[in-house]
Amino acid sequence: MAWLGIVPFLLFAILFLLWPTAHLVIGAFESKDGSFTLANIANLTQPAIVNAYWLSIRISAASAFMGGLLGFALAYAAISGGLPRWIRPTLTTFSGVASNFAGVPLAFAFIATLGRTGLVTTLLVKWFDFNIYHTGFTILSFWGLTLTYLYFQIPLMVLILTPALDGLKKEWREAASILGASPLQYWLRVAIPVLWPSLLGAVLLLFANAFGAVATAYALTGSSLNIVPILLFAQIRGDVLHNPNLGYALALGMIVITALSNLAYIWLRAWSERWVK
Amino acid sequence: MRESRIGAWIAFGIGALYFILPLIATFEFSLRMKRGEYSFEAYRVVFADPRFQASFSYSVGQALATIIVGIALVVPTAYWVRLRAPQFRPIVEFITLLPLVIPAIVIVFGYLRIFNSSSLIPLTDTNLGTDALLMFGYVTLALPYMYRAVDTGLQAIDVRTLTESAESLGANAFTILTRVILPNIRPALLSGAFLTFAIVIGEFTFAALLNRPAFGPYLQLLGANRAYEPSALAIMAFLVTWACMGLMQLASRGLRLPATDTR
Repeated sequence: MAWLGIVPFLLFAILFLLWPTAHLVIGAFESKDGSFTLANIANLTQPAIVNAYWLSIRISAASAFMGGLLGFALAYAAISGGLPRWIRPTLTTFSGVASNFAGVPLAFAFIATLGRTGLVTTLLVKWFDFNIYHTGFTILSFWGLTLTYLYFQIPLMVLILTPALDGLKKEWREAASILGASPLQYWLRVAIPVLWPSLLGAVLLLFANAFGAVATAYALTGSSLNIVPILLFAQIRGDVLHNPNLGYALALGMIVITALSNLAYIWLRAWSERWVK
Repeated sequence: MRESRIGAWIAFGIGALYFILPLIATFEFSLRMKRGEYSFEAYRVVFADPRFQASFSYSVGQALATIIVGIALVVPTAYWVRLRAPQFRPIVEFITLLPLVIPAIVIVFGYLRIFNSSSLIPLTDTNLGTDALLMFGYVTLALPYMYRAVDTGLQAIDVRTLTESAESLGANAFTILTRVILPNIRPALLSGAFLTFAIVIGEFTFAALLNRPAFGPYLQLLGANRAYEPSALAIMAFLVTWACMGLMQLASRGLRLPATDTR
């Protein structure tokens, strides 16, 4: 009888999570008349779609790597950098806010900052006579979007990584230096081997996080940047691919990519927990 | 040691610059609506806009409904799993993680396919049905956070003893949940509730694709057509997020010391 108590939850999950997803996954393997086909998957290789996936993957990867690196530097500075005590709780609180400050308002903030008439853009012209828009930069581009995504990627990295950095025991550093290790040797032989599953796992989570993001990109660029979530958004609104089942395949591709990076994250986290005990 | 401290300050300085500059820029931009002087004109215009009031209160309503339904769904489940059905814990936890794995745009795409007018459950036929569907969608989005918060709360109290003493005093299951368990995990509930509020209030993808007059789509529309109001709204959105996170931290501070403030 124990299963009876979770029936409402399972019903909810089936109705609003599993069935909708399964419907798309099955639809991705159906032709218009409902028979089984791999044509939709094969159709994903048309240039417009491949380009969208490729641009999405590059933006997600760039924002995940840079977010990972900067988030790590920031978290490490706050935890073991010898900074004043108030910095760490401030950073944690701010990270909680900033990692949730995504979507449309974030896009507005970056337009006001780095848009054509943004504050930083105009100040750079005024102070250094340097116009970033003359370098080919626009906020609607690969780098514009990546820079914007970093605003929620870095704080997310800080939040995920803080427990792992706390697990890095001070004694290990002391032991290493007593045995004559240089700081570089300590990092290469002690800290990185312990931390890398957490680091890599967190970067993968950041990747999935950026890959599925719609609102920020849509508010920032409208439909001018051809990334997968925007393409899917347009497909849902108006069947721009002129083939509903190809739309399902597009969604399936997104699920596969985010699921793989999440699974790798979970696996790496389990692995790192075995280490840092 | 000295050198590493300089490195730490540099990292912190660059980080602070990157995170504070957009806020300053947005705030400065939001004050520029009147030519030649700083004013709060953009904020006045936004507050006076009836569509702002309508969409904001619509989203607040959605957020509150999501919190109530989310709690009603998650608390009994987490309680039951902890007390009577620990063998189902892996399944339930796996399901609660799925909304983090499946992108929101994919979930709502599925909704539009299976709840449309030609389906078995044509929720999108009526406005009320679509509102309900949007709310269930938000419960799904908030599920990972709500479940984690409630489960942490339950971990901190002795569920079994509380249940058994309530039972021996003649309480039924409903009374136990509402009068014994809920009050004891209040900090966890508040913490989950504020995070849910922060997620729902500016959500765009679900609301836009289900075509509901929520705050997120209103923001997007305004951003496409106006110059200064979007900045004012971004500042407000940031303050709302900040308030939610601050309240959440206050609530979870209570979570760590459940015995001291419930005396």
